[in-house]
Order: sequence, then structure tokens, then C-alpha cells
Amino acid sequence: MALNKVWVFAEAESPGKPTSLTLELLTKAREMAGTVEAFYAGADPDGLTGPLGEYGASTVYALDTGDCLIGAPAAAALAELIGEHQPDMVVFGASYDGRDVCGRLSARIDRPVLSNGMTWDVDGDKVNVGTAIFGGNTLVDAVFTTPAPHLAIFRPKSFNAEPGGGGPAQVVTAKGVDTGHAGEVTILQVHEAEQEGPKLEDAAVVVSGGRGLGGAENYKLVEDLAKLLKGAAGASRAIVDAGWVPYSRQVGQTGKTVKPKVYIAAGISGATQHMVGMKGSDNIVAINKDAEAAIFTIADLGIVGDVHKVMPKLIEALKARQG
Amino acid sequence: MNIVVCVKQIPDPAMPGQLDPSTKTLKREGKLIMDESDSFGVEMGLQLAEKAGGGEVTIVSMVPSAGLQGIRSALAMGAAKAILVSDDALSGTDALGTAKILAAAIKRAGDVDLVLTATESTDGYTGTVPAQVAELLGWPSLTFARAVDIAEGKIKIERQTEKGYNEVEASLPAVVSVTAGVVEPRYPSFKGIMAAKNKPVDEVKVADLGIDAGQVGWAGARQEIADVRQAEERKAGEKIEDEGDAHEKIVAFLEQLKVI
Ligand SMILES: Cc1cc2nc3c(=O)[nH]c(=O)nc-3n(C[C@H](O)[C@H](O)[C@H](O)COP(=O)(O)OP(=O)(O)OC[C@H]3O[C@@H](n4cnc5c(N)ncnc54)[C@H](O)[C@@H]3O)c2cc1C
Ligand SMILES: Nc1ncnc2c1ncn2[C@@H]1O[C@H](COP(=O)(O)O)[C@@H](O)[C@H]1O
Repeated sequence: MALNKVWVFAEAESPGKPTSLTLELLTKAREMAGTVEAFYAGADPDGLTGPLGEYGASTVYALDTGDCLIGAPAAAALAELIGEHQPDMVVFGASYDGRDVCGRLSARIDRPVLSNGMTWDVDGDKVNVGTAIFGGNTLVDAVFTTPAPHLAIFRPKSFNAEPGGGGPAQVVTAKGVDTGHAGEVTILQVHEAEQEGPKLEDAAVVVSGGRGLGGAENYKLVEDLAKLLKGAAGASRAIVDAGWVPYSRQVGQTGKTVKPKVYIAAGISGATQHMVGMKGSDNIVAINKDAEAAIFTIADLGIVGDVHKVMPKLIEALKARQG
Repeated sequence: MNIVVCVKQIPDPAMPGQLDPSTKTLKREGKLIMDESDSFGVEMGLQLAEKAGGGEVTIVSMVPSAGLQGIRSALAMGAAKAILVSDDALSGTDALGTAKILAAAIKRAGDVDLVLTATESTDGYTGTVPAQVAELLGWPSLTFARAVDIAEGKIKIERQTEKGYNEVEASLPAVVSVTAGVVEPRYPSFKGIMAAKNKPVDEVKVADLGIDAGQVGWAGARQEIADVRQAEERKAGEKIEDEGDAHEKIVAFLEQLKVI
């Protein structure tokens, strides 16, 4: 094993609850290295010790960043800690803060980053990070040619999350580093939309709509169908950019990666940037009026038809079944 | 208000991408265009400069091969001038190497208050360049902005989050990455296109920026492509024409999967 110690950049989605991406990385890190530790910047690290430990972290280095955006202060503190504890590799999820912190850290310690990772393995003394290009058609493996520490960013759902049964992680408070002007970014206010039903990333069924819906008002068809199937509603970027639905619904390269049991694409053409976010679904159903649409090349069930005809009938049929 | 907008010039994404068999990286030869993602930064830069009542928008772009066309599009939208770092030595440069070049070019632009980038490029999409540039400059990075406002030397953005957005503030100078759709990019006017041909473009080499050639290109990337292979293709299943009863097919499909 070429890796002795791996650090995982841990994030919380709510107090005491690590993101699924964090748990995925911890699980994989357990397989890759003898020692797995976490770094966390934010409030209430104590609340996270249970789940972080359960998924493999023995220690969590915790930094209090107050109401500051964590990018610069977290990168600076991490750089210090890396110097002190010498992990072989530090891995990040492809999240907003993950990309910020990893980017700043790489510049600070002058190490390259392998981004968009989907596989991670060790071959002798080489650390390999694999990524997919051209919408997932081609897989590329890259290796670092620098000495440790190596930095990599992984896409969500690249690995399964499974608890390893460890006890709570021990909290070590990290020292803050004065980053001056660079670190003075204040979060003034947090706006969170209430979300009904399961989260897009966790839902067993995802129904996504695209420009073929014709207008924002027709997104209701997608929401109604998702609700009937106890699933989550997603979207293509075209209708997010058009302002029909919020960004949090976007599936694809610049949005969420989903791997539900069933993915239903309604009025979505199947651009590579969309497919990269849903190709891993167990089953794909596509409804598109263009028989040549790219989405049909990966659909298990393709319906060449008009969403305005098929969707309402489908919704009625499901309602009738549920009585 | 002097604003730099980073603009990447890329092969037309509508054309199927290809790998160079010898270097195993994306082929970037042929005609290069402005990455559409950067048109939002250009528009935002122009609007902010207008609102501040003066100042210039400078385009900064790095490209291994000679490439001007993408920059001309940004100049045609209204940017005043450009710095183009173009050098054969840049072939194979990774995100950090790119950030080193961009940061040096931004310093060359003089007194800069704000640097705008996209959140990720269409062809590379590492998404780390904005934060790397900011760290190298010693400036704050305000990333994933879906709205930007400047008042009294402070910049305020709405930063996209998993569940909504945060209002985030810093003082200038700063680096801000903007999401697609943050503003509606203008179409260059005929006059703009003509004017762009005569706008100054400062063409520089890596050495002009005082950067050692070992920091960029393949050597600077400090990574190797070990393997390229075809992914297992997902096969298409059944495709049927809707004749008024396609919904029944879907219901049967969901039943068979025990989803309903
Ligand atoms: C850097 C970058 C990142 C990107 N990231 C993402 C991303 O994360 N996610 C994403 O989705 N996209 C992303 N895109 C955009 C992507 O390239 C496509 O533009 C987008 O996915 C298209 O969305 P769409 O399928 O809804 O629209 P369109 O491509 O316009 O397709 C609409 C489809 O609807 C069909 N249709 C029309 N009317 C009907 C009808 N009545 N009934 C049935 N079908 C109908 C049409 O036949 C067509 O196939 C990205 C692009 C770039 C450059
Ligand atoms: N070669 C380049 N020239 C100019 N800007 C760039 C270049 N590479 C990246 N950028 C900017 O940085 C953003 C993020 O790029 P990336 O990290 O490669 O996804 C891009 O959208 C551009 O705004």
C-alpha cells in the first residue's frame, strides 16, 4: 500500500450530519490507507465525531471559521497541518467549498490537483485518479509525478458509503492562520429553500424535465410525477438557466450527480453534460418527441412522443392505481 | 473600476472532442472560440464598469497555440483591451500552471479592482482555477456568484449553495467566479465587431511574465496520463412510438422494477 495516511475534507449538510459525499470519501479512504483522518471547517465539530468515526476517521482536525467563507482560512490552516502531520494525500468532494479550499490549498503548497475523480487506486508507488470525459464515453487515468501530499477532488457518487464501525473520532482543534485581506469574506445571510420529499442525490426515483416541457408552468408535470413516485424532481441546465427552476435541481456536469433506481427524462435532449450526471442510474426512461434524440442511446425504455400527452396520462394512471 | 475578465479560448464544443494519441490530451488545434461560460463574466464586467461610472474591462487569456478569435469576441462585446499569453511552452499546462500564468498576467494589467471568471471551463472543467488565482494574488475568492453588486469599495454576491444561496461580502480587490445565467450576455453589434479589430492586444510569452518554463506545460503539471480506455457503453433498450398508450408501457416498466 503506497498510502499510509489519507485526509478527507469533511463537510456537514446540517449540524451533526456529514454530507453523503463526505461519507463516500471516508469509506473509500479506509480501503486506500491505514490511517484515515478528517479536516472540518465550520460550526459544531463535536456533533460530527460520531458519524465521521463510524465511517473511518480516527481524528478530526477542526477549524472554527466563524461567519467567514471557509476557502482561504481553511486552506491556510490545512497547509500548516499538512506540514505538521504529513498525510500522503488529501481528498475533497466536488462541492462548492471543496473546490474552493482545494484550489487555494494547491496554490499555497504548490501541488497539482487531479479533479473530477471517479476512481481512485494505487498501483505500486503510483496513485491513480480516473475521470470520464466526452460525457462518460472515455475513461482517463492520471497519476501524480510529485512527492506527497497529493490532492484530488472526487465527484459525488463515485464510491459507496458504508460504515466501518469505528468509534467517535477525536477532535483536535486546528490553529487559525492570519490570511489578512484574502480571508476577509463574510457570510452576511443564509437563504435556504425548504425542500419537500427526498433529496435529489438520495431519491430512488428522479424525474427530470428539460426545455421540451415548453414553459415553466409545465414543470408541474415533473413535480407531480416525482411526488407520485415518492421521488425527487430534477432538471436540465437549459431550464435552470431560463429561470424555470432553481439551480439546486440541476442534474449534470455542473449540477448534481444522481444514481437512482429509475431516472425519467422528460423533454431532455441528452447533451453529454447532462448525461454525465445521470448515466449511472440503474434504469433510464426517456420521453422525447425527436426519435433521434441522444438521450435514447442510453434509455432502457424510450418513448418517442409528446411530453404534454404522455405525462398527464401517466400521472392519471398512477393516481388511479393509488386510488 | 478596473476589471479583468478571464476568457478561455476553446475548440468549438459542438464539434466532437478528440484525444491526441501521442499526448493523450484533448486536441486543441484548429479554430478556437470564446468559452460561452466566460461570456457571462464579460457581460458582468461591462455592466459593473458602467455602473461604477468608469474604468476599463481587460480580457486575460492563456492559450498554447496562437489564438485571437475568442478574444476578439470579448472585445466586440465592449472590453477595452486584452492580454494574451500564448506560447508553445504552455502545451500540457494544468489548472495550477494556468492560474500562475493568469495571476501574472493580471498583475501586468496594472491596478485591478476585480477579476471575474466562470465557475468552470467547458473543456477542462477542473473548477479550481478561480480559487488558485485568488490565492496566488493574495485576494479573497467569492465563488459561484449568481448575483454581483459593488458599492463603496465592497463587493457583495449571492453565492450558490446546496440548499439556496448565501449573501457574501468582501472588500476589493477580489476574484469572483460567476455562474451561467448571472446576466444576459449582449450580442456584439456590427460597430463593436469592427472596433474590436483595432483594440490593443498585448501578446506575451511565458518568459515575459517572469515565470520559469518549468512551472508550466507538461513539466509543471507534475502528472501523467497513465491510461485511456473506452467506458463500457450503456446500451439502448426498447424504443417505442407513442400511439396514445405509451404511458401504459411506463407503468408496466415501473411495476416490473417494483417502484410502484
Ligand atoms: C460547461 C457546461 C456545463 C453544462 N452543464 C450542464 C449540466 O450540469 N446539466 C445539463 O443538463 N446541461 C448542462 N449543460 C448544457 C447542455 O449542453 C445542454 O445545453 C442542456 O442539457 C440542454 O437541455 P435540454 O435537454 O433541456 O434542452 P434541449 O437540448 O433544447 O432539448 C430539448 C429536447 O426536448 C425535446 N422536445 C421538445 N418539445 C417536446 C415535446 N413537446 N415533447 C417531448 N420532447 C420535446 C426536443 O426534441 C429536445 O430533444 C452544460 C453546458 C456547458 C457548456
Ligand atoms: N486558459 C485560460 N485562459 C483564461 N481563463 C481561463 C483559462 N483557464 C481557465 N480560465 C478561467 O477559469 C475558469 C475555470 O476554469 P477551470 O478551473 O479550468 O474549470 C474558466 O471558466 C475561465 O474563466
